[in-house]
Order: sequence, then C-alpha cells, then structure tokens
Amino acid sequence: MPRPGFVLDVDRSTPPILFWRGENYSLEKLPADRSRVIYAPEPEAAIEDIDSAIRHALLNPIEMDPLPTLLFPGMKLTIAFDDISLPLPKMTRPDIRQRVIESVLDLAAEAGVDDVHIIAALALHRRMTEDELRHMLGDRVYDAFAPRGMLYQHDAEDQDNLALLGETPQGEEVEINKRAAESDLLVYVNINLVAMDGGWKSTATGLSSYRSLRHHHNTHTMENSRSFMDQHKSELHKSNWRMGEIMKKHGPKIFQIETTVNNDTFPSAFNFLGKREWEWNARDRAKFVASSAALSRTPARMRRNIFQSIEAPHQMTSIQAGEVEAVHKVTTANVYRQQLVEVQGQTDILTMGIPFICPYNVNSIMNPILVMCTGLGYFFNLYRNKPLVREGGVIIMTHPTTNEFHPVHHPSYIDFFEQVLTETTVPSELEARFEKKFAEDEWYKHLYRTGNAYHGVHPFYMWYWGSHALQHCGKVIIVGGDAPTIRRLGFTPASTFNDALEIASDVVGRSPTITHFHTPPIMIADVK
Amino acid sequence: MIAESLSGRKIAITGSTGFVGTALVERLLRSAPGCELFLIIRGGRRGAASRVKREILSNDAFDRLRDMHASSTASFDAMTARRVHALDGDISVDGLSLNETDRALLASCDIVIHSAAAVSFDSPLDSAVEVNLLGPTRLAALLNELHPSGTNMPHLVAVSTCYVAGNRRGTAPEQLVSEGPFDIGLSWKAEVASARRLRSDVEAASRTPKVLEGFRKGARRELGAAGAPALAAKTEQLRERWVSSELVQAGRSRAASVGWPDAYAFTKALGEQALTETKGALPVNIVRPSIIESAVLEPKPGWIRGFRMAEPVIISYARGLLREFPGVPEGTVDVIPVDLVVAAIVAVAAAGPEKSPYITQVASGSTNPLRYSDLVNNVRDWFTEHPIYDAEGQPIVVPDWRFPGRGRVQQQLSRAKTAITQGERVLQALPLRGAQAAWSAKLDEKRIEVERALEYVELYGLYTECEAIYSIDNLLSLWDQLDQKDQQDFCFDPRVVNWDHYVKEVHLPSVVDHARVKMTPGKTKTDRAVRLRANVLSPDRKVAAFDLENTLIASNVVESYSWLATRHLNNAERARYFLRTMKEAPTLLSMDRKDRSDFLRYFYRRYEDAPVDQIAIDTQQMMTDIIIAKSFPAAIRRVREHRALGHKTILITGALTFNVEGLRPLFDEIVGAEMSIRPDGTYSGQLTKAPPTGETRAQVLADYCASLGVHLDDCVAYADSTSDLPLLEAVGHPVAVNPETRLASIARKRGWLVEDWAKAAGAPKRILPFAPLMNERQR
Repeated sequence: MPRPGFVLDVDRSTPPILFWRGENYSLEKLPADRSRVIYAPEPEAAIEDIDSAIRHALLNPIEMDPLPTLLFPGMKLTIAFDDISLPLPKMTRPDIRQRVIESVLDLAAEAGVDDVHIIAALALHRRMTEDELRHMLGDRVYDAFAPRGMLYQHDAEDQDNLALLGETPQGEEVEINKRAAESDLLVYVNINLVAMDGGWKSTATGLSSYRSLRHHHNTHTMENSRSFMDQHKSELHKSNWRMGEIMKKHGPKIFQIETTVNNDTFPSAFNFLGKREWEWNARDRAKFVASSAALSRTPARMRRNIFQSIEAPHQMTSIQAGEVEAVHKVTTANVYRQQLVEVQGQTDILTMGIPFICPYNVNSIMNPILVMCTGLGYFFNLYRNKPLVREGGVIIMTHPTTNEFHPVHHPSYIDFFEQVLTETTVPSELEARFEKKFAEDEWYKHLYRTGNAYHGVHPFYMWYWGSHALQHCGKVIIVGGDAPTIRRLGFTPASTFNDALEIASDVVGRSPTITHFHTPPIMIADVK
Repeated sequence: MIAESLSGRKIAITGSTGFVGTALVERLLRSAPGCELFLIIRGGRRGAASRVKREILSNDAFDRLRDMHASSTASFDAMTARRVHALDGDISVDGLSLNETDRALLASCDIVIHSAAAVSFDSPLDSAVEVNLLGPTRLAALLNELHPSGTNMPHLVAVSTCYVAGNRRGTAPEQLVSEGPFDIGLSWKAEVASARRLRSDVEAASRTPKVLEGFRKGARRELGAAGAPALAAKTEQLRERWVSSELVQAGRSRAASVGWPDAYAFTKALGEQALTETKGALPVNIVRPSIIESAVLEPKPGWIRGFRMAEPVIISYARGLLREFPGVPEGTVDVIPVDLVVAAIVAVAAAGPEKSPYITQVASGSTNPLRYSDLVNNVRDWFTEHPIYDAEGQPIVVPDWRFPGRGRVQQQLSRAKTAITQGERVLQALPLRGAQAAWSAKLDEKRIEVERALEYVELYGLYTECEAIYSIDNLLSLWDQLDQKDQQDFCFDPRVVNWDHYVKEVHLPSVVDHARVKMTPGKTKTDRAVRLRANVLSPDRKVAAFDLENTLIASNVVESYSWLATRHLNNAERARYFLRTMKEAPTLLSMDRKDRSDFLRYFYRRYEDAPVDQIAIDTQQMMTDIIIAKSFPAAIRRVREHRALGHKTILITGALTFNVEGLRPLFDEIVGAEMSIRPDGTYSGQLTKAPPTGETRAQVLADYCASLGVHLDDCVAYADSTSDLPLLEAVGHPVAVNPETRLASIARKRGWLVEDWAKAAGAPKRILPFAPLMNERQR
C-alpha cells in the first residue's frame, strides 16, 4: 500500500531539502519551526495486465456501446492521440498510446474498417520528429500508416483541413480538424498526467486552431481559473466544456479513451530524487553528491542530453473509455487519488525547484519563458481551494535561467524575449499589443507547418499561464540564475537561497512561514 | 589710419579658405569697413560663390562679426553680399584660368594679397613647385598682363615663410636668400623643369609590370577576393598613392640636399626668388611669418582653422601615443599667433609699396622667444591638470619628455610599426569573425596612429631643432610708424604675447576642443551603432539585400551538401564519404580562395543524378536541421523587421535555390544558383544560371532595384566578407555582419554599421554536418 502525500514540519533535526535547479539540484537548509515541505503520495500500484485492462475498457465503455459495435466496414475512423508534451518525462517503450491504439486497430481490422487516419492532436505545439512518433506509437503502427499518409500531425494552420462546428452561446468558435470532424467515429486516446488534461480539452483543444484556442487561452481565462487544475473553479475547463456541447451537437461521435499513470518519475539511477530526504540511505547520499558534483562540471549541452534521455518508469493505473464527460469524471477521481495532498493553510513564501522538463521542452531546452511558465503557470496552479502562498506572498524558484533557446523548436520565443518582454511583462498588456502580430505571422506559421516549431503565439500562452500567479504574488525571486535574463522576465535574481530569503523579507517580514513544494513527482495541494 | 587708407580700396585675396586667409578676410571685413574683397578661389563643383559662403563665411571666425551685425540694422548677409565677391580662379594654372569678367574685376583691384600655398609639409614635390614656387610668379605675370601700360599697377603682398632661410644657426635677416651669404646659386627654372620631369618619370615607373604586380598583390591582401572591379579600383588607388609618396620623398630629399628642412620651405624660397625676378613693374612686398598658431585675441582667443603643425603632435602626446619628441630643450620654437600675422599683412598693404620694406618677417624668436623646454613643460602641466580620457573612461597620464635625439625616436616608432604590421598580417591570415575581427581593425588604427607619429617626427623634428633667429627689424619699424589707434586695432608686436598664458589658457583649450578628444571621465556610450541602425531601419529605405552564409546562417554549401549526401547512408558509407571529402578538402579550399564561382560550379556537379523528388523531401528536413538550427535569430528578425517596414527583401546567395527554398517566406526574391533537371527527374549537375558571386551580386541588386524603380542609395545590404565589398559599396546603407578581419577594418574606417549576430545559445551542435543516422526501417 503506497503511502499518501505528507506535509513535513521542518525542525532542527530535518536534513537539508532537495531543490531542483534545471539539469542539476542542490540541498538547501530550510529555517526550523516555520517551514514545511510537501511531499507527493507514493506511486500507486500499476495495472499488471495492461492489455486485458485495455480490452476490458474498450468492450465495457461507460455510457456508450462497446467499441466493436461502433465499427463497420466502409466507415471513416479517426484515431487522435496526445502529443509528446505528455507524460513527463517520456515513458519507457512501449508507450500506453501505442498499446491502446494497437488494440483499437485490431478491433477495427476485425470489423473490416480500412479508412483509418491516425492524427497527433498537437494543437499549436511543435510537430514531432519521426523518432518521437516511433517512440510513442511503435514501429509497427508507424510503418503501416505513415508511408501511406494515414498517420500525420494535426496542422492548425491548414485552412483547407479545418472545420468550423459552431459557436458557443458566449461566442466561442469551435473549429477542429476536418478529417476528425467528418469521421463516423473519432477515437481519442489520451494520458492524464494532471487534473486539467483530458475530457473535452483533448478534442476541443488538441485538434483545434488559433481561432478556437484564443477564446480560452488568454489572460482573462487564466486569471479566472482558480486554479485550472480544479475543474469546478476553472474558467479554462468551463470554456472547453461549453465547446464540448457544440461538439456533441455538431461534431463527430467521440469514443474517448482516457488513461492515468502513476507518479513513478525516475529510473533507478535517479530514484533518490523521488525519496524523502530523511529516508536517504548511504547509497542515495553518495549518488546525490557524486551526481551533483559531476553535473556541475558537465557542459550545459551534455547535461541536457543526459536528462532529456531519462525515460520514466510510469505505469498505467487506470483506463476508462466511453462518453467524454462520464469517462472524465472517473479519470479525474483517479488523478486526484494519486496526486492530492492535504495542506493546512497558506504560507508567506512558496519555494519550488524548477526541474529540467516541462510539457514544452521535451528533447529541447527549458528557456526562460518556460521557466516562468513551469513555476508560475504549472507549479503555482497545482492547488485546490486556494493557492499555497497567501495573496501578496513571495515565490522563490531555483533554476539557472540562462538566455538559451532552441532555434528550431522555439523561434518565436526568441523574438518574444527580445521584442516583447523588453517592452512589457504585464500579461494583459502584451496580449493586447503583440499577440495578434505573432499569431498571424507568416514566418512562424511556415516554421510551425514545415519545421518543428511551436506556433508563433505559443510563448504568449506560456506567459498567460502565469498570469494568475503574477496577479496573486507580491514578488518572484529566482535563485542561481542569469541575472539580466531574470530581470528581463520581471523577476528578482538572487545568488543563493539565503539571499533570496533576505530579499523576500522586504515583502513578508523577518520571520515568514515557508512552504517547499517538493515536486516532481507531480501532486496537487488541497489547501484547507 | 589703416582703416582709412584701405577705405574704398578693392582687395583681391588668394588662399582665403586657408588659416591665414580666413582670418584676413574676417579682419578686413570687421576692422576696415570701407574696403571691398575679391576672393580668388577654385570653384570646383559647387562654384566659387558657394564655396565662399560654405567654407569661409560660415567659419566660427565670423561669429564676432555676426554678433556685431545682429545689433545693427544692416544684416551680416547683406554686408557680405555687398563687400565680398568670388572670382573663380586656380593659382596652379597660368593666367589663373579666370574668365573675362573675373579678369576685369581683378584688374580693377588696388591690392592683391597672395596667401595661397601648399602648406602641407609633405606635399608631392611637383605640386609644391606648381603652387608655392610658380604661384606668386603666375599672379605677377597676370597682373602685369592686365596692366600693359604699367600704370595704376596694384600692390601685391605675397605671404611667404621665415623658414625660407633654411637650416642655419644664428640670425636670419629680412632679405632674399639669393642675396644672402649662404646662397648656393640655385636656378628656380631648372627646379621647375626637373620637378615636372620627375612627375612623368615616377608616373612611368609606377606602370612597369613588376611594380603594378606589387600593387595588385597589395590590393588583394587588403580586400581579398572582392571581384575584379573592386580590386582594380584599389590597385589604381595604391598606384596613385605610391606616385604621390615617391614625389613627397623626392621633395624632402631635394630640399634636404640644398639646405632646407622640407619641400615647403624650399619651394617658398625659390618662389620668392622667382617673384623678384619676374615681377617687372609690379610693386611687391613679401611678408614672412614663422610657425602660425591659434589667435591670441582676434577674432577670438584660441581661434584656429584646420589641424595645423603643432596640434597633431600635441594631441598625439596627450593621448600617450608620442612618448617622446625630438628637440633641443634650450632651442626656440618660433611660434606666432595668427592675428599678429594678419595685422602685419594688413599694415603692409595699407602702408603701400613705398612705405613698406620689401620683406617683413613676423616672428617671435628674436624679441620674445618661446623656449622649447618651456613649451613642453607647459603642455605637460596642462595635460596633467586636464587629462584626455581613453575609451574606457580612464585618464591618460602624459609621459615625461626627455628630449632625445631624432634618430632614437624614429627607431622606436619604426619598431612599433613593424610589430603592428606583422600582428596585422597574422590576424588577417586567421579565420576570425565578428568581435575578434575587430581587434584587427583596432590594430589597423593603432598602426595608422604610429605611422602618423613617425611622419610628425620626420617632418617637424627639424623645426624643433632649428636654431635660426629671425630678425624683425622691418616689422618693428613698421610698428613704430603706426599711430596709437592702429597699434590697438592691428597689433602685430610679438613682444605682447605672454607665452605661458598663451599656451595654457589660449592655445591648448582650443586644440583639445578642435581635436574633439574626450575630456570627461566615464565610458562613452556609443550611440553611433544605434543611430546607424535606426537609419537602416528607416521607412525611407526601399530594399534590403542579404547574403546567406555567415550573414543569416552559420553554415555553407558544403554542409548542406554533406547533410543531403549522408541522409540515406549507413555508418560505413558515412566513414567512406568522410574520408573522401577530407582528401578533397585542400583542393576545394584553394579553389574557393581563387574563384568562388568556379568552385561552386565544380562543387555542384556532385548533385548529378540526385532524384529531384527525394531532394525536395530531404531539403525540408535539412531546413530544420541545418538552416534554422544554425541561423542567427537576430538576422532572421532583421529580415522580418525590414519586411514589416514595407521594404522589399532579396536574398543573394551562391547556394542552390532548391536548398534555400525553406527561406522563401522571408524574401520577395531569392537569387541563387539554379540547376537543370533531366527528363528522368534527376538533377543534371549543370548550372543553368551562374551563382551570383563578387561583383555580380552588386549587379543583381542593381538590376532588381532598376526593375522596382528604386535607387541604390535607398538600399541596405548585409554581408560578411570582403568578396561582398562591391555589393556593400553599391548601396547607400551597407551593414557588415560578423565581418571577417579585412571587412571589419574596412567597415570601421568607413563608419559602416557592424552587427555581431550569433547562433541561438541553445542551438544543437553537430561535429560533422551529417544528417542524423536513420535505422534500417527508416531508410
């Protein structure tokens, strides 16, 4: 039986706590008697016979007929799946998506369906490379479908292959991939790593275009999603569900297959990173000292290669299929079971170590904008009820935050950093002044469509992700990063953790309460 | 009395754009309100009248006069329009090439003041001869011709120099050298003939094959493979420079051989002699100033025009560049402020030929000497108190002057020069770019500074070692004849100058002001690049042309080829490919150095038999792997900025157009190499269009602009190497991007915008430009 999540009150005997710093980590001593550390629950037990579980889900769906009864010869079947932003880090082969899609394809073959398209639902994310697709779907699926043009990636700028399904009462246009829209059945295979994934977001976001996305990927939505991990209080969720209503009315029949994974994040060589510090044995300690010393002597490029090659031993903990909303209720409960940690009350200072990865830098670089998004967008929002940090409190992140960008994956981020952040860091202001220009830029569209680039508007979305936190916090400090870069982001650089506490004292006084959000693994703080 | 006697007079002046000439015009306009001036000036393109306005009347010497007129009813412009007339004439041509009207105007003049001279101490011998030696004679001949009857002859006042006395010790009296005890009986006519012959001899020598080959080599070394027209222009420039320097050298040695410090004094001396011999009935007086420096009082203290003899030396010293300067500490530096010289000239002109001595020297040495050591001490004290600051904002400490001999200083400087030149060669041979290439540009500047210092020592060294004392008896007797008011208005008594005050309070502040050196601490924020960038990104520009390699991306045609060629190879094949390419590399490199387009043509044959369809698929992936991964984000941003401003953008590259297809959305036009396709759907390896390289790039852009009806002055061009020099020179706004050493120094000299653009810091790195290895299934 895995242990649940846990809040540790720091006292004099508490050992220093692990802080991620990008492709490295450090141990920091937290002040005794006013600090606490939040640990994620231990990984849930995995399903042992995955293939039977998949088959069971497909044959016994929730509020829907079994999949085989939905398949018939001559039909148009489209299978869409989540892209490389999930799960993190990437899974060891075989990926869940491969297993599920192979099962669906088997059933389709049995039913005599030949018109099958497999579409990567990447919205405005970058196109994946062949290697990445093969990792995700397996060589068998890839070789059978890709050469015939039946396995491809959604292109949100291909105007000829988008279909406008309608508008919500709030005027939100619902535009999705035309092939998916015109199919007799759309099977969506997703992975729910956090509580905002899945449900209508899979199709309404994953297969849509800028025209649709702009209605919920904006500062207004983000500032009114408290948090976007809590469906009942998430404007983002509500907008997607409104769009779902339109999909139900005018869209294709959808057979949603949702999976959850446990939070088994690190392979054995790095497993000490997921352990609680006072439980480290001599070997863990040695691993920490050796690896952090070695990493600090390794060039950044090589460090990145080491970490990007980590494959997580995540295992599937549940699979449910059927009607979107009914399925997603079950899924959400499963996610919460793995991730929810009860925390009493807010804190003055929230500290977080920013790791090497976020959904948008798989096989890439955690650039400064993604650092902001990971800390203030993701980690800050991993709460229910109220934020971990009190209003006007301080967030301290640790990350090297260098001025480094991947030119192929993040070309518009570079210009966003040079041309937009030099003018303003206020989300609503840069939204009003610059978003349209970047979103409609022909060059970015060209790179998104033909290369492996995120869409021109994507850096704006990353910045909006943090707008709730920016509104809520009194100060944001980044420890151990490149000072000019951090200032460009509008934050305060500090060279050591203690300096950061000194700087924070201007806002929260001399003896603030401190809470360290010990992630990864991912968890959700249920703040009472 | 002077003002009265000049009232109603018409005075012609030559050399009015010069230092003395400008001061003279100003003084006459201000202090002799009744006279009219006729300035003989070379019209050139702008015309004489316009030059008078732009180059003379707009000088700050006239500020005082303008202020006076601001408070009176008649405006300055109206006054000068009435009193100042321009005659288009050239003193180096017989008859001064005046037109009939101007001849008549000159004929009507009562006084002619000749102050035109080739004052530079290092003018080529023949031009010094034409201007300094023959100038006065020509003027005299013309005046005689204009007054054939010999009546109503105007009064010619010729400005010469004390240094006509040559290298001698002791007193130099106010008499012709040819009449003095040290005359060696030179014939000025023979000197004229030999100087002219020398010009044609040197011109001929400069055209011999061996010498021409040297110039070509020099041009190539400086510009690299810049294309035939650019190299030709550079070669011709080097030849002209060589001719000129040979003639300068010839002038210096000829002068030295007959006892003068330089060609200037030598030709001036013979000029006096020639004038005396040929003047005929023309009444002539000669005024000989010594070293003329900034004004002590008139028109304002410290007024100076141009960078004169002592100033560059002083500034070089203050910059710490000239650590030593030769000279005899107890020797006299015969300096005379310009207002004293002007007053003496006006006094001679006003007194008329009868009352003036034939020769009047204006010098300080005999009555109020400035000791060399005093000058040096004053200069050092002043700069210790008011140091110049270097680029880092640190004050420069001036060295102690030890009065070494000339030989030692020269030796030190030549050694420095050799070291710098060699360093430069090494840097140019290294494949440096961007910031490192700027070292070379800096070194180049340093070398020019040292060269200049060396020149100063050679040129002026003699003057600081000169121990002649110029007697001023005639000047003083002229002084004594003046009434008190004239003495006040037209002071030319050298005894009134307080040298300490003059050097510290008048001269040096004016010198540093003119030299625009940095006199305040703190690092200068260079806004020049910002200004140039704003200029480049102005909406008024019409077209922006870009080179590809090292301007937009850090890659080249060989990398693109290697990527494509290895895309479908396995490891063993890759190893073979690698070895084959390494074997060929030296040949390819040397071909590329010799002629870019030959190299490209040869290299592109490798694409023979490549299937067009496959290449189309592969290049799309290559776009990501090579072109975008190795692009300079700032460069791409710049292209897009130009487009956003509505400029047309054109990519001019030697790359094959199908390899840069992915960049199409950035450009209105891509001009590159194009390859023909065979009926079987493979590339032929043959180019249908030659790749644009060197000067053809300039032509491509010119054609493109012509098709748009845009002038090249409104174009911006971005390139990285001297082979693109013709392209950069053709446009109004050239930008050197990550320039290689040679281009870096050219850009620095010409004040071009230099951009240092780098790859994205996180760009993936690959040791070999090979496509990622595919597994068996992928292949």
